[in-house]
Amino acid sequence: MESIEEHRHITGYGQLAVILALLLALTGVTVAVSYIHLGFFNVPVALAIAALKASLVLLFFMHLRHEGPVIRYAFITAILFLAVMIGFTFWDVAFR
Amino acid sequence: MTTRIDTAGARIGMWIFLYSEIILFGGLFVLYAVYFYDYPELFAKGGKELNRIIGSLNTVVLLVSSFTVAASIAAIQRGRKGQAMTFLAFSIFCGLVFVVNKYFEWGAKIRHDIYPNSATLQDGEPGLNIFFGLYYVITGLHGLHVIIGMALLTVSLVLVMRDRITASRYVVLENSGLYWHLVDLIWIFVFPLFYLVL
Repeated sequence: MESIEEHRHITGYGQLAVILALLLALTGVTVAVSYIHLGFFNVPVALAIAALKASLVLLFFMHLRHEGPVIRYAFITAILFLAVMIGFTFWDVAFR
Repeated sequence: MTTRIDTAGARIGMWIFLYSEIILFGGLFVLYAVYFYDYPELFAKGGKELNRIIGSLNTVVLLVSSFTVAASIAAIQRGRKGQAMTFLAFSIFCGLVFVVNKYFEWGAKIRHDIYPNSATLQDGEPGLNIFFGLYYVITGLHGLHVIIGMALLTVSLVLVMRDRITASRYVVLENSGLYWHLVDLIWIFVFPLFYLVL
């Protein structure tokens, strides 16, 4: 049995280590920011940092950067659906 | 006759499954968002009861294990079997550390009479009851995913050992890795929402 792996990008250990360092640093930033009272802005800031960390994991650890259009566009669709689901539910509750 | 293995198709299938997982946890986050809007002070009070040190430690453990899983794929792509196995074994160990931490964390909460349907929560503020209800459901479902992820990584480790996963054929390892990264992704959102609410 023979498998033909299409030409795949090989990520270097160095690049992965840099991403890990960034992720750990951002974790430190989230913990630090949670001790500062920003009022309303605490939650959006925490979620923005979480979204940034999630993007790093998706793009570099999960190789989303090197995936084809099917996986990429399907991912964007899933995120849009999630935004609609959370957005519309919240909209309904907030203005009820 | 040679059989061609459709690795791109296998990955697309895994990603579609991961989208359904994102929507599953997304539904739980909708619940969190709506009740956080209703009870912001009580959610902050509940969040202060959680152990930030264990939460932060578990975040670091999961991030490091995600790195080692990605590194094990890079190793197998270069044909370095031993390195790939070391990275995988370390990742499984990280998963074990996470689950043991979770055990002590839940144990401490349960000893303080904070668990679903406990007298303290039943007779206390409704917001706290909802906060800890969501805490147990979301971290519990996430913990289940950690255990399934560890099982998938163990299967991959055995397959690498038996030369069934090689430099020319590693889609099983890749898909197990994708599942493990999803577990990490979900924790990235769980950690600030539960442990760091103000």
